[in-house]
Amino acid sequence: MEGILQAGTPAPDFRLNATPDQTLALSELRGRPVILAFYPADWSPVCGDQMALYNEVLPAFHQAGAHLLGISVDSVWCHAAFAQDRNLHFNLLADFEPKGEVARTYGVYDAVHGCSQRALFVLDKDGVIAWSYLSPVAVNPGADGILDALDKLSGA
Amino acid sequence: MAKLKHPVGPEDHVQGPPDAPVTLVEYGDYQCPYCGAAYPVLKRVQEALGDRLRFVFRNFPITQMHPEALRAASVAEFAGAHGRYWEVHDYLYEHQTRLGPTLYERAVTSQGLSAEALDAALRVGTFEERIRNDFNDGVRSGVNGTPSFFINGERYDGGADFEEMVEVLRRVAS
Repeated sequence: MEGILQAGTPAPDFRLNATPDQTLALSELRGRPVILAFYPADWSPVCGDQMALYNEVLPAFHQAGAHLLGISVDSVWCHAAFAQDRNLHFNLLADFEPKGEVARTYGVYDAVHGCSQRALFVLDKDGVIAWSYLSPVAVNPGADGILDALDKLSGA
Repeated sequence: MAKLKHPVGPEDHVQGPPDAPVTLVEYGDYQCPYCGAAYPVLKRVQEALGDRLRFVFRNFPITQMHPEALRAASVAEFAGAHGRYWEVHDYLYEHQTRLGPTLYERAVTSQGLSAEALDAALRVGTFEERIRNDFNDGVRSGVNGTPSFFINGERYDGGADFEEMVEVLRRVAS
């Protein structure tokens, strides 16, 4: 494990399922900032709060032109149930098979617990990492770091 | 350590003296059960600290999870616009499991305020911008859920239990 990918690194492309019958490739989102929120698991208390918060902050993310993606090793069906239960309005991607491959690529896989670490990336419109942050797993990192990074991208 | 980005100002809802040595800011949601559980604790904390504590409440409604949170916050803000903020704030938390139109009407009419004026304010969303501003300021200060507390501008990550809060507040006050 080489650690979390740092600012200035081109974000590795990936293609994951966003719904049971739809995939999404990171490269399809070129041209606008992208927020990647890796988290350990659907349903666990801290993750739930974190995703509920981002759901609520979505208008501010959209105002910055940014696209938010949640990513965990949970399956598409688990994501679908979680998103429906929490009324989430953004995509949850299933880093499910091979398990955690994308998290590994970004240097945020927790091989001991078999899930992603809690990590945030803000990518610029060209797909380069502008900001990354690895949070203690038990702490909801909030959205202030993301918004500050988006501000910098827009020159605010 | 996260810091409160938006200092306490004249537009805030405040209890306690302006020159109190400790200011406790809560970001809360009227429908959040953890905020409901913290409500009586905070009352006891305020009593224990007395004039040494200034308490501020700011809105942080998680509306997609708590469908009544925004309306309840609007009801409190409506009351605040008529000088009855804390009476209605308390009433909402004391009846948290029954949030809804009937309770809102009772909350304001019991303070001598007009239910019709409340309906109109809720319909056009008179107070929603203020509530959104509270929310956005909170996000910028690192508020990540409710309730979140700041003591003299510093994030408080301890438990929302009486003993721990009073101990920390007394230490800061001394």
